[in-house]
Amino acid sequence: MINDNAQNNKDIKLITEITRSLKVSLWFVFLTFPLLVIKVDALEKTVEYRWQNMLYVAIGTFLVSLLSKFFLDQNTKRKERAALVTEPQIGFLERIFNEPKYLYPIAFAACVFALVFPLIFSPYQTNIMTTALMYVVLGLGLNIVVGMAGLLDLGFVAFYAVGAYSYALLNTHFDLGFWIVLPIGAILAALFGIILGFPVLRLRGDYLAIVTLGFGEIIRLVLENWNEFSQGPSGISNIDRPGLFGMELTLNQSINYMFYIMIGLVLFTIFFVNRLQNSRLGRAWIALREDEIACQAMGIDKTKTKLTAFALGATWAGMVGVIFAAKTTFINPASFTFLESAIILAIVVIGGMGSIVGVIVGAFVLILLPEYLRALSDYRMLAFGAIMVMVMIYRPQGIISNVRKHIQYDPEEKTAKKSVDTTQAGKS
Amino acid sequence: MEYFIELFFSGLTRGSIYALIALGYTMVYGIIGLINFAHGEIYMIGAFTAYVIATVLGIYGFPVLAIIVLAGLAAAIWSSAYGYTIEKVAYKPIRHAPRLSPLISAIGMSIFLQNYVLLAQTSDFLAFPELIPDFEFMEPIAHIVGTTDMVIIVSTIVIMLLLTLFIKKSRTGKAMRATAQDRTMAKLIGINVDQVISVTFIIGSALAALGGLLIASHIGQINFYIGFIAGIKAFTAAVLGGIGSIPGAVLGGFILGLTESFATGYVSSDYEDVFAFSLLVLILIFKPSGLLGKAEVQKV
Repeated sequence: MINDNAQNNKDIKLITEITRSLKVSLWFVFLTFPLLVIKVDALEKTVEYRWQNMLYVAIGTFLVSLLSKFFLDQNTKRKERAALVTEPQIGFLERIFNEPKYLYPIAFAACVFALVFPLIFSPYQTNIMTTALMYVVLGLGLNIVVGMAGLLDLGFVAFYAVGAYSYALLNTHFDLGFWIVLPIGAILAALFGIILGFPVLRLRGDYLAIVTLGFGEIIRLVLENWNEFSQGPSGISNIDRPGLFGMELTLNQSINYMFYIMIGLVLFTIFFVNRLQNSRLGRAWIALREDEIACQAMGIDKTKTKLTAFALGATWAGMVGVIFAAKTTFINPASFTFLESAIILAIVVIGGMGSIVGVIVGAFVLILLPEYLRALSDYRMLAFGAIMVMVMIYRPQGIISNVRKHIQYDPEEKTAKKSVDTTQAGKS
Repeated sequence: MEYFIELFFSGLTRGSIYALIALGYTMVYGIIGLINFAHGEIYMIGAFTAYVIATVLGIYGFPVLAIIVLAGLAAAIWSSAYGYTIEKVAYKPIRHAPRLSPLISAIGMSIFLQNYVLLAQTSDFLAFPELIPDFEFMEPIAHIVGTTDMVIIVSTIVIMLLLTLFIKKSRTGKAMRATAQDRTMAKLIGINVDQVISVTFIIGSALAALGGLLIASHIGQINFYIGFIAGIKAFTAAVLGGIGSIPGAVLGGFILGLTESFATGYVSSDYEDVFAFSLLVLILIFKPSGLLGKAEVQKV
C-alpha cells in the first residue's frame, strides 16, 4: 500500500516535471523565433524560414531543462544534508588540496610533468601551454587585488599593456634586452598601479569597478590613437625574443625556452603569493576586505594597504606583459581589450577566489577550454559563455574554494580542535 | 554658433540613447545590486529583432506606420522576454552566492548572447532601414537637428517622466522601491520579491530595446557587437548620475553624450572615449556616489 503510494507520487512528480520542461521548451521556441528561424535578405528582398532550427531548440531545451532540474535537486539535497552537520563541511577537492599529504605529491607530479612537457608534445601544444601559464600568473596577480584585498578591478589588463608596451618600446628604440626590461616593466606597472590607486582610494565596490574599467579603456584608447608613441592600431612588430647568453635559438627552441621561463615565473609567483597570504600584509588585506572600519580600528593603515595591493597586483601583470611581448614579437592595442580583463577576472572567480590552486585550475580551464573546443569551431565562444554561466550556477564559490582558517573549541576534549589548514597557518 | 548648436543636439541624441540603456542598468542595480553586463546585449537583440521584423513586414508590403509600430512592439516584447529569461536562468539561482558570482555569470551570458546572434544571423554589418520619416515642419532647422534626433530626444524625456511617475505612484513602483531599500523587509510585508525583480528586468529590457531601435535607425547599421560598447557607455552614464537613481541615469546620459559630442567636434574624434572615461573618473573622485546618488552612510 505504502509502496504503491510512493510509486504514485514518483509518477506524478515525473509527469509534472515533464510538463514543466515542455513549457520551458515552448518558451524558448518563442524566444528564439525571430532571430533563429527567420533570416532576411534586405537587398534581395527574400525571407528564409529555418524551421529545422526551431525543432533543435525545442528538443535541446527540453532535455537541458529536465537534466538541470535533476542536478539542482541533487545540489539542494546535498546542502540540506550539510546543514544537519555542525562540523564545517569541506568539499572533496578542497580537502585534497589543503592536506599537505596529498598536495605535495600532486604538486611534485605536476612539476615533473611540466619539465618534460615540451619533450613529449609538439611546439604548438607547448605554445598553448605557455599562454595558459601566463594567465595563471595574471590570475594570481589579480587574486591579490580582488581575492585578498577585495577591491574589484575591471581594468587589470591596463597593467598588462603597460608591461608589454614598455618592453616593445624599450626594445625597438633603445635595444634593451628581455632580462633588463622584465624588472623595469614590473616596476612601471607597479607605478601605474599606484597612480590608479591614489584617486580611487575613497571609492567602494562597484564604483571602484567602473573607474578601473574606465582606466583600462583610457590606456587602450591612448595606445590606439597616439601614433607617434605607440604606432597606433598597427602595433609594434619585430620585438626581440629573449636571449640565452647570446646563443642563437631556432623557433622551436625559443618556444621551449619561453615555456621554461614561464614555468619559472609561475613557481616564483606561487611561492611569493603563498608567503604573502600568511604574512602581516596578507592578513591586513583580508581584514580590510571583511570590514574596513574594524580594520582601521585595529591600527592598519588603509591607504598604504590598499596601494600595496594595487601595486603588487600590477607588478605581476607587468611582468607577464613583458613576456607576452617577447613571446609574440608583435603587439597591438587589440590584445588589451576589456574582454581580456573579464577573462582574467573570470579565472579568479571560477577557480575560487583567494585560493591559489583554484586560480591555477581556473586559468587552465578557461584558457585551454577554447583551444580544445576548436573542434566545435564556430560554436566554441558560445559554449564558452554557457560554461561560464553554468560553473557559476552549480559552483558559485568557484571550482576550488578557499578554506578559511578556523579554530574551534571543543569543550569535551578541553583542547582547541584545529581544522584542516591550520597546519599551513602554523608555518608562517 | 551654429556649429555649437549642431554639436549640442547631436550630443543630446547620443546622450538620450545612453540614458535609455542606462535606465535599465540603474533599475536592476538599485534592486539586486548587480552590474548586469548582459544588458547591452539586450539592446543589441532589440535592434536585431526590429531589423528582422521590419524587413519581413516591408517585403510583405505593409504600410510604413504599421511597420514602425509593429517592429517597435516586437523589439520590446522579445527583448523583455530575453531579459526575463536571463534573470531566471543566470541570476536567480545565485542570488545568495558571493557577490562576484552573478557578475561573472553576467559576463558569460553576454559572451553567449553575442555569439548566439552572430551564429543565428550574421557577422556582417546590416543596413538598418530608416524607419522615422522626415516631418515637414522640421524643414527649416533640418540642417541643425534631424527629425530622427528630435524623436529620440523627445521620446527619451517622455519615457523618463513616465517611468518616474510609475515608480513614484503605482503599486508595483512602490513595491520596487521597497525591495530596493530592504529585500528581507519587503518580503516580510508581503511583497512578491521575485515578481518585482522580474518586472524590473522586463521594463529595463523594453527600454533598452527601444534605445536599440532608435539608434539603429539613427546610425543606419547594426552588427552583433554594438551592444558591448553601448553597454559600457550606458553603465558609465548610470554611475555618473549616481547608480540607482532614475533622473541620475538620464542626466548622466546627457552629460556623457554632450562631452563626447563636443570632444569630437572641437578636439578630435579619436579621443572621444578618452574624454568620456576621464570625465567619469574625475566626477567620481570629487563626488564618489555620482551626481544625484545618495551618499552611502556607513553604519558601525
